[in-house]
Amino acid sequence: MAVLFGTQEWADTLKKAVETSQAYKEAAKNWEGDLYIIVEPDASYTHRHIVYLDLWHGECREASGIEDEGEKSPKYRIFGPFTNMKQILDKKVDAVQSMMTGKIKVKGDMAQIMKMPRATVELVNCMTSFDTVFPD
Amino acid sequence: MWYFVVPEVVFGQDALSHLAELKGKTAFIVTDKNIVNLGLIDKVKEQLAQAGIQATIFDEVEPDPSLQTVQKGVALVNQYGPDLIVAVGGGSVMDAAKAMRVEYERPDIKAEEINPFISDLGLGAKCKLVCIATTSGTGAEATFVVVLTDTADQRKLSLINREIVPDIAIVDPEMARAMPPQITADTGIDALTHAIEGYTCAWKNDFADGLCIRAIQLVFRYLPRAVRNGDDMEAREKMHNAACMAGIGFVNALTAMAHAAGHSLGAVFHTPHGRAVGLFLPYTIEFIGEVREELWAEIAYAIKLEVPQGKTAAAILAQTIRELAREIHQPVSLKEAGIPLDSFNKAMERLIDNVMADGSLIVSARIPNVAETERFFNYTYEGKSIDF
Repeated sequence: MAVLFGTQEWADTLKKAVETSQAYKEAAKNWEGDLYIIVEPDASYTHRHIVYLDLWHGECREASGIEDEGEKSPKYRIFGPFTNMKQILDKKVDAVQSMMTGKIKVKGDMAQIMKMPRATVELVNCMTSFDTVFPD
Repeated sequence: MWYFVVPEVVFGQDALSHLAELKGKTAFIVTDKNIVNLGLIDKVKEQLAQAGIQATIFDEVEPDPSLQTVQKGVALVNQYGPDLIVAVGGGSVMDAAKAMRVEYERPDIKAEEINPFISDLGLGAKCKLVCIATTSGTGAEATFVVVLTDTADQRKLSLINREIVPDIAIVDPEMARAMPPQITADTGIDALTHAIEGYTCAWKNDFADGLCIRAIQLVFRYLPRAVRNGDDMEAREKMHNAACMAGIGFVNALTAMAHAAGHSLGAVFHTPHGRAVGLFLPYTIEFIGEVREELWAEIAYAIKLEVPQGKTAAAILAQTIRELAREIHQPVSLKEAGIPLDSFNKAMERLIDNVMADGSLIVSARIPNVAETERFFNYTYEGKSIDF
């Protein structure tokens, strides 16, 4: 069953996917840092969604839908327009290639991302391990 | 959406004379002492002089260049203020020069901070980068990757950004003539690994495919000749071209698991880069196996290999690569590469960690977990074909 993006249910589903992914645990065993995933409105979608993840040494300590971007001060912000984010969640494009072509932007400590590129890949694999739908 | 990035490539006999056509007043030549001793820098300076360009030399780049060496070069290049940086050497020299160029033009960015997510580096305003290859393998003259060693961490840093691609790549076979057989073999097998991984990785693409498959054909045909007789200039030229083509091919698609394992081994045991990645190549083909069987078959067809009934193209290709390695006197196992078993076992955790952290791994068509990586290393130590 598809889960509505940006909701607590979506965050919980992702947290469960991360917790059960051995590949993520291995790839992110040294990862330290929380992040926002921000879906921005574009020509085909008017809403803005923020999901907060607190990732620490292969574990997901907290996952939640966020209303106010100022609520947390995460180490990373991954953001992009709805159309580009949806393509990643639908497995139509590669997330890292999207970042490298500027379709998706990343702000934060890039050195850590470069030291653990597979952590990013496995996190995206967790995100795409279940079906996502977006609110109308 | 993706990009295909390539420098201006000047190739063939006498390509070095293109230097005499360049515009500029001063050039900072980055090289190593061996290249100086071979007299290759004199040839470069002679051509630059014809263009009225004065040159100074930094010849302290070591194999597997460190961040510290880059910093030393940056301090000198800043003092000199050239409008050309000319790298003359193999991959280590050219990678160091690319990193120096970034820091020279963008003092706000440290070499180790180069990453694919930075856009608008704005390079080219202060200087142009010319890379002249003296080995036929790395393809670094045409790539936008920099591999540096963080000596503190015993780890290689693979830094990538498409804007750091050299402005001009000079691929003159005469510059490779003096390469001894061992280096010809080490670097040639590197070119083969680039081409095969570029052709089969997850980010393969139509533009890279054509270069990679042609490079594979050229390596199989000409590498043994170039190793046997360094004065065989047809073989030298074809290998020089193959290396550059494979470089352009892989960097626009990326390398995969053989490079992840090779980087890891090199960082711990200082095995020459090409020898390391080439050693792992047949094992990674076996490991990836059926996931890419169609592509292994395409490569086998391109080099006229027959795949008998009941055999896989992966197995035949892996075997053929091992035969090529033996022909050019390359090791086909870590044991043959001279790595002591006790050191190997002690380093296992580091070897695995390095592979898991390597950027090349993310585009492997099959990504190993920790347990598989340990098994993979144990098989490659013994020279046992991968069967899992």
